Amino acid sequence: MLLLRSVLNRLLGMIVVMALVATIVFVIVRVTPGDPAAVMLGPDATAADIAALRSRLGLDGSIPEQFWRYIVGVVQGDFGQSIFLNEPVTAALAQRAEPTFFLTVFSLLIATVIALPVGILSAYRRGSLFDQAATTIAMFAASVPSFWLGLLFIQLFAVRLGWFDTSGYGGPGASFGDRIAHLVLPALALGLVSSALITRFTRASMLDVLNDDYVRTARSKGMSEWRVVLKHALKNALIPILTVIGLTAALLISGAVVTETVFGLPGVGSLVVSAVLRRDYPVIQGALLVIAGLYVLVNFVIDMLYILIDPRVRY
Amino acid sequence: MAAIATPLQQEPNLFSRLLGRPTAAVGLAVLVIIAVMAILAPIIAPYSPTKLSIAARLHAPDLQHLFGTDDLGRDVFTRMLYAARTSLSVGFAVVVFSGVVGIVLGLTAGFFRKLDTPVSRLIDAMMAFPDILLAIALVAALGATPINVVVALGIVYAPRLARVVRASTLVIRELPYVEAARALGVPTPVILVRHVLRNVTSPILVQGTFIFANTILAEAGLSFLGVGISPDIPTWGTMIAVGRQYMDQAGWIMMFPGAAIVITVLALQLVGDGLRDLLDPRLAKDI
Repeated sequence: MLLLRSVLNRLLGMIVVMALVATIVFVIVRVTPGDPAAVMLGPDATAADIAALRSRLGLDGSIPEQFWRYIVGVVQGDFGQSIFLNEPVTAALAQRAEPTFFLTVFSLLIATVIALPVGILSAYRRGSLFDQAATTIAMFAASVPSFWLGLLFIQLFAVRLGWFDTSGYGGPGASFGDRIAHLVLPALALGLVSSALITRFTRASMLDVLNDDYVRTARSKGMSEWRVVLKHALKNALIPILTVIGLTAALLISGAVVTETVFGLPGVGSLVVSAVLRRDYPVIQGALLVIAGLYVLVNFVIDMLYILIDPRVRY
Repeated sequence: MAAIATPLQQEPNLFSRLLGRPTAAVGLAVLVIIAVMAILAPIIAPYSPTKLSIAARLHAPDLQHLFGTDDLGRDVFTRMLYAARTSLSVGFAVVVFSGVVGIVLGLTAGFFRKLDTPVSRLIDAMMAFPDILLAIALVAALGATPINVVVALGIVYAPRLARVVRASTLVIRELPYVEAARALGVPTPVILVRHVLRNVTSPILVQGTFIFANTILAEAGLSFLGVGISPDIPTWGTMIAVGRQYMDQAGWIMMFPGAAIVITVLALQLVGDGLRDLLDPRLAKDI
């Protein structure tokens, strides 16, 4: 019963946050100084053109009317029509979702695969040469802009060594394997930078639990070291680690926006950048909504995982 | 007993304690050097940041042009000094802006029980947007000027600070001295400023340093994409964007500004870590 209430509480919280996210996106487009339609069409536009575009952007009528139409559209999954691509925003986003999705997933995988063992070992051998090296490298990695690292990778691995293509997603009709091969360098650039944060948190969380009584008890029972570390300590350190992995997922989407542009990937990130440059407001609006919505959803899933991992957690 | 007999010694100030930590001291020294170079840019820069010289274009680094020249013959070292002014000013302004907004939101949510849920939900919603994406959208809406970039990044980072301030305020609100102040009839604004805000300065300072570091990275990202500060104003991000087109023949154009970002952000992180260890021992667990 308590469990069901926890889940419902979080679900309700998620719906409220989603509604606020939608409201913030609505407000952002409306804080544009002047008339967005006039800004988009430029100084030569006629009043009739501006009025037509205003109606297309959903900017006609009173603010409450606009808000109602917008919310109804969002609930139905209708984010409007892209002005420049001349297609529904949902279709434009769906077409470009694949590279962004796989880039984010691969980067997160790379980051986690590096960070978890390094963070655990760092905490276990606190103060050792390995720990010091790992901590220093993690801090350094967190200071590197992922787009700059991406450019260095292109220069080294694509231009000098010729191991990868310099940019793109394999072109039309490219096989799945070919497309994925184009994600190796960008995922490495993003994953390496993101691994820093997860490493630091894994180390901190492990340090927190490694001195706890139950770890000492497990040791005193004669349990092998790796079981003590992986089964008893890691399990209890997982909640903060999961939180930071969730947070990194959001950071990765941010990183993907810039990295996709560097590597010429036709993803949601580069779609947003070109939409901004062309002032295609419906696309910006739709992309913000979908990405923030996904983030809220990921956090909800992580909260649910907390309940599974730690039965004491209730909301 | 011995401790009681010892005369009270004044605790060294925060700055001295920070200097006592080697890594934080190095970070602080690097930041001071970068800031001084940025401030003195008009005096120490060997060339004009905007002077074009087609004859000197893509000149490799040598004694005449320490970091070489770019595609329009402009001195890369000079432009980097001027770019440091932009990056550091934007970073500082964002910390102040997000500080003011974050403190107001955090204190409100943490101190007034009835407002906690709505303000906290607003903070949650704001934090659902990836930082660069929200900043891009805000700059697109407001217009690409340095002030709007500051406002956009300030709005992006304010919720992070608000969350920290709220968490600390929730604890302080229940402490006996706040209760005593309330019982004595001290007005709420005075309690908030004198008793609560004063005691949440440590986490604000720590978080502010990290926001500074994140802003440098985010501003560089926005400028690199061409959706931030106008390309006419030198920034490290725009310099990398230019250098990108000449990576094969003139790698220095993008290498040096990139290195400047890494060094500045690293220095800020070292200072932030040092501050956190000194001011917030609960969080200091060698993260």
